[in-house]
Amino acid sequence: MTGQEIVFALLGVVAVGSGVLVVTTRQIVHAALWLVVSFGALAGGYLVLTAEFVAWVQVLIYVGAVVVLLLFGIMLTRAPIGAAELDSGNRWAALAVAAGTAAVLVTVVVLGFRGVSAPPKAGGGSAEELGAAVFRTWVLPFEVLSVLLLAALVGAIVLSRSDIGPPEPGHEADRDVHRDGEEDR
Amino acid sequence: MLETVLKLALVAAAFAVLPLVVGQIEHKVMAHMQGRLGPMYAGRFHGWAQLVADGVKFAQKEDVVPAAADRRVFKLAPAVALIPYLLVLLVIPVGPGGQVALELGVGLFFALAVMGVGVIGAIMAGWASANKYSLLGGMRVAAQLMSYELPMVFAASSVAMAAGTLSLGGIVAEWRWWWLPWQAVGAVVFFVAGLAELRRPPFDMPVADSEIIFGPYTEYGGLRFALFILAEYAGIVVLCALTTVLFLGGWKGPFLDVELGWLWTLLKVFVLAFLVIWLRVSYPRMREDQLQKLAWAWLVPLSLAQLALTGVLKVVAG
Repeated sequence: MTGQEIVFALLGVVAVGSGVLVVTTRQIVHAALWLVVSFGALAGGYLVLTAEFVAWVQVLIYVGAVVVLLLFGIMLTRAPIGAAELDSGNRWAALAVAAGTAAVLVTVVVLGFRGVSAPPKAGGGSAEELGAAVFRTWVLPFEVLSVLLLAALVGAIVLSRSDIGPPEPGHEADRDVHRDGEEDR
Repeated sequence: MLETVLKLALVAAAFAVLPLVVGQIEHKVMAHMQGRLGPMYAGRFHGWAQLVADGVKFAQKEDVVPAAADRRVFKLAPAVALIPYLLVLLVIPVGPGGQVALELGVGLFFALAVMGVGVIGAIMAGWASANKYSLLGGMRVAAQLMSYELPMVFAASSVAMAAGTLSLGGIVAEWRWWWLPWQAVGAVVFFVAGLAELRRPPFDMPVADSEIIFGPYTEYGGLRFALFILAEYAGIVVLCALTTVLFLGGWKGPFLDVELGWLWTLLKVFVLAFLVIWLRVSYPRMREDQLQKLAWAWLVPLSLAQLALTGVLKVVAG
């Protein structure tokens, strides 16, 4: 094994280990923090594979934005603050579902790609290569995905606004007051 | 090898000294803007050693962890807040011809990604303290980061588009004086969003002392508190350096670019740091809804407009 392979394997161990801790820890904020470690190790793996751009985008989007969003959501809802614990009674069911999903995915991938391998090429994860791939070869799926995200965004707005939708009898006055208050800002 | 060691030592020295210099300038500038003298005694000459004395005081204090706190996260948080800024300093070019500790092809994304990680330190502190005020502060930190990260990345992408590279050194090398008007909107958006990410006044809602004491840092004292404050000033240095490199031409000046490049960079960084302090003295704290409105109703559309302008000019002219 070369040095790179050893580092890659170690990063993989860290990523998987912290991933296991994410789902086994009883403190929900710790789970989010272990997720940071897992994403960080994953980014390190990309770095070893010389996909620098992917690595830093991974840190920017997943550690910088997604985990912060997760933490915000946790703190906004029901995280006990400090060292208090929280547990779910569905541990074993969750384990069964996770193991089943993993088994299906691994089987499909192994069966689908057995004996097929593409020679790795240096610089395949650079910003230029990725930009060319996304905006030339895969531009249609990319645009379709953006429409999907837009739909999700509009849906989230509709779900979070209580002042739109069919009028409920008896609540008209309330709603008008609410609306006025919003305009004042 | 020797060169690398020397560069790392220089970055470490800059990381140790520049935040203190900015802190001292803040003491003095704020004082004079408010018709006071500021610190005058420590170190005799105009109180130059005030922050050193503060550091000694912090180091002497008792190390207190609240009984209900999550000890490990509580102790780890200051390091998570501080170290990212040290890492960003590594990739900031101060002069032409490889005067940078670590030349990265995607330096811009590295800087933005790592800066975002620092905020997790404040959120960890807010949650681990087991204090409702701290938790509220932590949530405000998270909400603020989520709103301001987007315009910041957009504004930085605009410069990267203009330069055609993600390397910080490459961006400065491509920079021309007419980028000042061309990227002016982006520069303002980047700087304002950066200030909000650092939670500097007028964006200091997360540490609003009249409402939530000191937000996420309420339970901290001694050296750990000092580390958080140091992280804030290191953040100012990093933000000013990034703005300098991206929008103000870095080491380029009216003359002697090659010989005195590092001096131009330093000068621009300090002018921007002065601006940061000036803003703190001039504007009252923004309310939470005003903060969110500024980000989503002004900065995001402005940065998108800047991206469009950059793209159109890039296609038409080149």
